[in-house]
Amino acid sequence: MNSIRTYLILTLVSLVFFGLIYPLSIWGIGRLMPDKANGNPIYHDDQLVGFAQVGQAFSSANYFWGRPSAVNYDASATGGSNYGTTNPDQIRQVKERITALLKANPGVSVRDIPGELVTASGSGLDPHISVAAARIQIRRVASARNLEPKLLEELVDDHTLQPLAGIFGPGDLVNVLALNLALDQLTLTN
Amino acid sequence: MTTELLGIILIFLVSLGLAWPLGKYINRVFTDQPTFLDFLHSLEEKLLRFAGVNPSYTMDWKQNAKALLGLNLVFFLFAFLFLLIQGSHPFWNPVQLGNWEPTLAFNTAVSFVTNTNLQHYSGETGASYFTQLIVFCWLQFVSAGTGIAACALIFQGLKNDKSSQLGNFYKLFLKSCTRILLPLAIVVSGILIWGGTPVTFEGLQEVTTLEGEKVQVATGPVAPMVAIKQLGTNGGGFFGPNSTHPFENPNYLTNVVENISILLIPMALVFSFGFFLQRKKLALLFMGVMTFLFLAFVSISVVEEYKGNPLLTELGLAPSPNLEGKELRFGSMASSFWGISTTSTSNGSVNSMHDSHSPLSGGIFLLDMMINAIYGGVGVGFINFFVYVIVAVFIAGQMIGRTPDFLGKKIEASEIKIASLVILLHPFLILAGTALASYSLSLDPDLGWLKNPSYHGFSEILYENTSAASNNGSGFEGLGDNTPFWNLLTGIIMLLGRFFPIIGPLALVGSLSFKKSIPQSSGSLKPESLAFGVVLLAVILIVTALAFFPALALGPLADYFSI
Repeated sequence: MNSIRTYLILTLVSLVFFGLIYPLSIWGIGRLMPDKANGNPIYHDDQLVGFAQVGQAFSSANYFWGRPSAVNYDASATGGSNYGTTNPDQIRQVKERITALLKANPGVSVRDIPGELVTASGSGLDPHISVAAARIQIRRVASARNLEPKLLEELVDDHTLQPLAGIFGPGDLVNVLALNLALDQLTLTN
Repeated sequence: MTTELLGIILIFLVSLGLAWPLGKYINRVFTDQPTFLDFLHSLEEKLLRFAGVNPSYTMDWKQNAKALLGLNLVFFLFAFLFLLIQGSHPFWNPVQLGNWEPTLAFNTAVSFVTNTNLQHYSGETGASYFTQLIVFCWLQFVSAGTGIAACALIFQGLKNDKSSQLGNFYKLFLKSCTRILLPLAIVVSGILIWGGTPVTFEGLQEVTTLEGEKVQVATGPVAPMVAIKQLGTNGGGFFGPNSTHPFENPNYLTNVVENISILLIPMALVFSFGFFLQRKKLALLFMGVMTFLFLAFVSISVVEEYKGNPLLTELGLAPSPNLEGKELRFGSMASSFWGISTTSTSNGSVNSMHDSHSPLSGGIFLLDMMINAIYGGVGVGFINFFVYVIVAVFIAGQMIGRTPDFLGKKIEASEIKIASLVILLHPFLILAGTALASYSLSLDPDLGWLKNPSYHGFSEILYENTSAASNNGSGFEGLGDNTPFWNLLTGIIMLLGRFFPIIGPLALVGSLSFKKSIPQSSGSLKPESLAFGVVLLAVILIVTALAFFPALALGPLADYFSI
C-alpha cells in the first residue's frame, strides 16, 4: 500500500515536471529568439513561402531542382524511400531519374550527374544540392528565363555554403530554396 | 572528404573530452557530494518524504528491484492509458488526432518505458502535442533516470564489503533526472533552438511554395524532446524520419551537438565507475576495449558508405558516396558515425535511413546492437558490459587455474549462472523473434511486411527484433511494422530485454556485495592488465559471433556477396 502511494506520487510529479514544466520552460527560452524557434520561416509580402531549412518541390524548367524525395516534399508526412542498395525497384527509379535529367538538361552527360540528384534523401525534405548539381542546371534555367548563364554562375557561387567553421563537415553545397528565391530577385532586377 | 573526416573526429574527441569531467560529476551525484545544483536538495527531500520515502534509508537488491519494477509498471499504465484516450480529450491536440489502436498503444507505451523508442507510429501523423510531451518527453526522462539509478546500485554493490545495502533507488532515480539529465537537456535544447530547431505550438502551417503549390508543414515543440531523446539514449523522434528531418537536425552544428549528446552519458558512466570505485585504470581499460570496437565499426561503415553503390556506377554515373536515405548537410561520413553511435548506445535515433545503408554498414549496425555494450544505453550499457566482464573473469580464472575473483570478490557458481542466463537471453529473444516472424511470413507471403526483397528483406526482420531486444529503437523502416503481430511481438521482446538484464545483474551484485573481500595476492587476476583486456575483447566477440553469425550470414553478408 505504501509503495503504491510512492509510485503514484513519483509518477505524477515527474510527469508534470518533465512533461509540462520542462518543455514549457524551453518554449520560454525559444521566445527569446522567436525567428529561430519558429523554424526560420520565410515571408514574402506577409505570405509564408517556406522555411529556410526545409526543401520544396521544384519541377518547372525555370527553377533549380532539388533532390528526389520519397514523399514528394510533403512536410506533413515525411520520410525516405527505405530502399536497400540492391533493390531492383531503386535501380529502376534511378534510371528513370537519369533519363528525365538528361532530357531536361541538354548538353549534360550521365557522368556529369552528381549522385544526390538521382537518390532520395532520408527526410524527403533535404534542402541542399551540391554546387556541381546546380551547375548542370544553369543552361536550362538560363534559357527558360532569358538570362545570361554567366549571371547564374555568379549566383550559384554566391550561394555556395562552406563547411562548419571552414573545416568540419561537407562543403560546396547550395540551399535550393535560397538559390531560387535569389533567382526570382535577379530576374526582377534584370 | 577531408572536412567530413575532420567533422567526425571532432565529434568523437569532444564526446570523449566532455565525458571525463561529466563522469566525475556523476560520481559526485551518486555519492551525495556537493554539486552546483544543491539548491534543489530541499525540494528533492520534500518530494521524497511526501511520497513516503526516507531518502537516507538504504535497501538491499531485492527491495531496490521491487521499487524499480513497481515504479516502471505505473509509468507504463499511465502511458498506455494516455495513448488509448488521446482523441477523447481536447488538450494540446491542434490537429485533432484520434485514439490509438490498443496493440499500437501497448507497443509504444512499452517502447518508451523501456528506453527503446521503437516507433511503429509516425510522429507528425499519429501523436498529439499532449502525447509528444506529457507521455513521450516525460518517459524519455524517467526511463533514462531508471537506467542510471540501476547503474549506481551496481557500482555500490561492487564497492561494498559484507553489506547487502545497495542504496536507495528512489533517491538515485530522482537525482539522475534532476541533477544529470535536466541540466544537460536545458543546455542542449538551447543550442538546438539557436541552430534552428523549432519550439512552437502552431500545429500545421500552410506554405505557398515558389511554384505556387500549397503545402502543409508540420512543426511543434521539437527542441526539448530532441534534447532529451539524445541525452537519455531514448532516440524517439518528434517526426517520423527522426534526426534526418531538417527541423530535428537543421545543420552540421546541431548534428555535432546531437551526436555528442548520444555518446556523452554512456561514455561518462564508464569513467564514473572508475571514480566511484577508485579504479581509474580499470575504467580506462574498459573504455579502451569499448573504444577499440567502436572505432573499428566506424571505420567499416565509413569506408562502405563512402565507396557508394556499385550498381549505380554501372548505370554510367560517376562514383559517389551512397546518398540514398542520407542528407547532404551531414554527408555520408557523419551519417555512418551517427549510425554506429546510435547502435552502440542503444539510442536508436537516426540521421540517415539505416535500411538504405550498404549491406556491410547495415550489418555492422546489427552487430553493434547484438553486442549492446559498447558504451551502451544510459546505465544499462555499463550493466551489460559488466556481465561480459564477469564471464571474462570466469574464463580467465579457468585459464590460470584459480578460483576467479573480481575486485576481491569470489565469483562462484550462482553468479556465473546469472551472468550466463543474462548473456544468453539476448540472442534467444532476437533469434526466436526472427524465426517466428520469418515462419509467419513463409506461411502467408501476402502479409506484405517487406519493402525489400530477398536477403535484405530478411535483414529487415532481423533488424527489428535486434532493435527491440537491445532496447535500441532504430529500424530498417522498410518493414511494415504497425500490425498487431509486430506490435505484440516486439512489445514483449522489449519488456524482457529491458528488465531481465537489469534485475539479473542486480541479483548478481547483491550476492557479491554481501561477500567478504579477499586480499589480493600476486596470483590474483589483475583486471587492469592488458592481458585481461584482450580476454575481455575476445569473450565479447566470441559470444556474439557464436550466437549471431548464422543470422548475419543469411542477411547482410548474403546481401553483400550477391552484389
